[in-house]
Amino acid sequence: MSTRTEPAWIRRALIGIALSFLALFILLPLTVVFMNALNKGIAIYLKSLSDPAALAAIRLTLLTALIAVPFNLIFGVAASWAIAKFDFRLKNLLITLIDLPLSVSPVISGLIFVLLFGAQGALGPWLRAHGIKVIFALPAIILTTIFVTFPMVARELIPVMKAFGNEEEEAAMTLGANGFQTFWRVTLPNIKWGLLYGVILCNARAMGEFGAVSVVSGHIRGQTNTLPLHIEILYNEYNFTAAFAAASLLAMLALVTLILKSIIEFKYRAELAAAGKFVIKMENHV
Amino acid sequence: MKVRYVLIGILIGMAMINLTGKAWPKDKEVTLLNVSYDPTRELYVDYNKVFTQYWKEKTGETVVINQSHAGSGKQARSVIEGLDADVVTLALAYDIDAIAEKSGLLPIQWQERLPDNSSPYTSIIVFLVRQGNPKNIKDWDDLARSGISVVTPNPKTSGGARWNYLAAWGYALRKWNNDELKAKDFVRAVFKNVPVLDSGARASTTTFVERGIGDVLISWENEAYLAVKDLGPERFEIVVPSVSILAEPPVAVVDRVADQHGTRKLAEEYLNFLYTPQGQEIVAKHYYRPRLKSVAQKYAAQFPPIKLFTVDEVFGGWQKAQKTHFADQGIFDQISPL
Repeated sequence: MSTRTEPAWIRRALIGIALSFLALFILLPLTVVFMNALNKGIAIYLKSLSDPAALAAIRLTLLTALIAVPFNLIFGVAASWAIAKFDFRLKNLLITLIDLPLSVSPVISGLIFVLLFGAQGALGPWLRAHGIKVIFALPAIILTTIFVTFPMVARELIPVMKAFGNEEEEAAMTLGANGFQTFWRVTLPNIKWGLLYGVILCNARAMGEFGAVSVVSGHIRGQTNTLPLHIEILYNEYNFTAAFAAASLLAMLALVTLILKSIIEFKYRAELAAAGKFVIKMENHV
Repeated sequence: MKVRYVLIGILIGMAMINLTGKAWPKDKEVTLLNVSYDPTRELYVDYNKVFTQYWKEKTGETVVINQSHAGSGKQARSVIEGLDADVVTLALAYDIDAIAEKSGLLPIQWQERLPDNSSPYTSIIVFLVRQGNPKNIKDWDDLARSGISVVTPNPKTSGGARWNYLAAWGYALRKWNNDELKAKDFVRAVFKNVPVLDSGARASTTTFVERGIGDVLISWENEAYLAVKDLGPERFEIVVPSVSILAEPPVAVVDRVADQHGTRKLAEEYLNFLYTPQGQEIVAKHYYRPRLKSVAQKYAAQFPPIKLFTVDEVFGGWQKAQKTHFADQGIFDQISPL
């Protein structure tokens, strides 16, 4: 490798610094979580996870992700399709709005829903009169989660779709494919890795969100506590082993996410490279 | 393409889990939601078990009691915003007043409906210090000494913190013959010693016992006992000051919610049962001071007698205390070092 100009010791020092940072800030806390979770033995660990309140929290977290993620999947594909493939007025406004949940503090995201659906809020009295419960119940938790995970899929897909351009879709259309066929047989195979990557990030955030959900949850034990909220409650009850046991579930989720993410990143890079080659091939043909 | 099948599979799987999952609450059970403040978690876990059994024997009905805990002020806010509490059991009367005033869910005179100002149990404000009391903290004066680090939550958000603050204030008034300026200086000196104001009583306890910050924690008596019991009597000691405030955490049925749910009778009985010998016994076991003489005598060793004053006597009631001390630009804002 001719590009290496630094002496060996600098390289080693830099790698050393990077690795010890990783060990200090990521590996150490992770180890602490698992050690605390298991320090009273595997039996207590499993028992604290099968406690009814813990099971309810796990169920609620899964349910929330199961509703929020597909919703944002559909929205993300639609939005990025529109943004990458078409030109229209207010396109920049749409892009900015998609990014909004990322730039707003989660607490504010939660408060928005309280102000909207709360008993003193804009829609509150009407909802109450019709016996519909939104705030401090499942609907608010899901809405808030959708809100904070809104940009995850779309943001991943827009650059991928842009990189592929419109040529393949145009070819499909001229060959007689309808809109759905074009999407299903041409666009979707192209963006699949980007899409999965977005879904995984979206899912991780949906399951891990604390601040926004905390504002709208009402903290009803066994009913509106998601896993992150449940962890806080256990910790506040001096129930440290159970708190860390629940935390270890989220830590495992994070690990799985990381592994999947690196696999997909690897494939995804190959895909983008293929997109590049495709463009060159087309140019040669012309 | 394989991915398409995977996607379809995932969607079908999700639909199946949704259909078979039990995450949706069952419709048939009678449920009651008790919205409470931070330190009562353990008390109501126990109490709910006993009450559920009692109710089953009395009426044959199975009732599920749900609990929600957070800082008292925050919980009041949530009920105002629509958290469906059948009953509220909060840290101080002012918070339930706020619910009555701002939402109209219960009458303004709610406190006259149950005995003892609607407070079935009381507590006092004490100090928790590290084992051996290394800084020799004996009374309120010691909290204002320089070099002492005091932990207490933020009176703006925490009910317990407001009791702590008023207890210090009341002590100072007593010491300097109701000289407001002296009292203000004294409380200012105490809060100058506070390195961190957490948002709730439980968070402050965690700061003191787990994170090891501070020489003394100003705390509910019950919260101090719980910390000593759960985290080791060899690590902490409780110091009872010469005089303290009688903290009366009130309870109330939230009329409009209970009526809507059809749970009014259940909710009323839930609160009344707190006053029975059985209920008072559970209360005392969780280190709250019982109202009932017979139970109080049984647990006398646990609750040392102490000179107490009430909010009504010294501050003219919670409405007035809140306005003078904790409202925007109130005395707390003036003396707060932040």
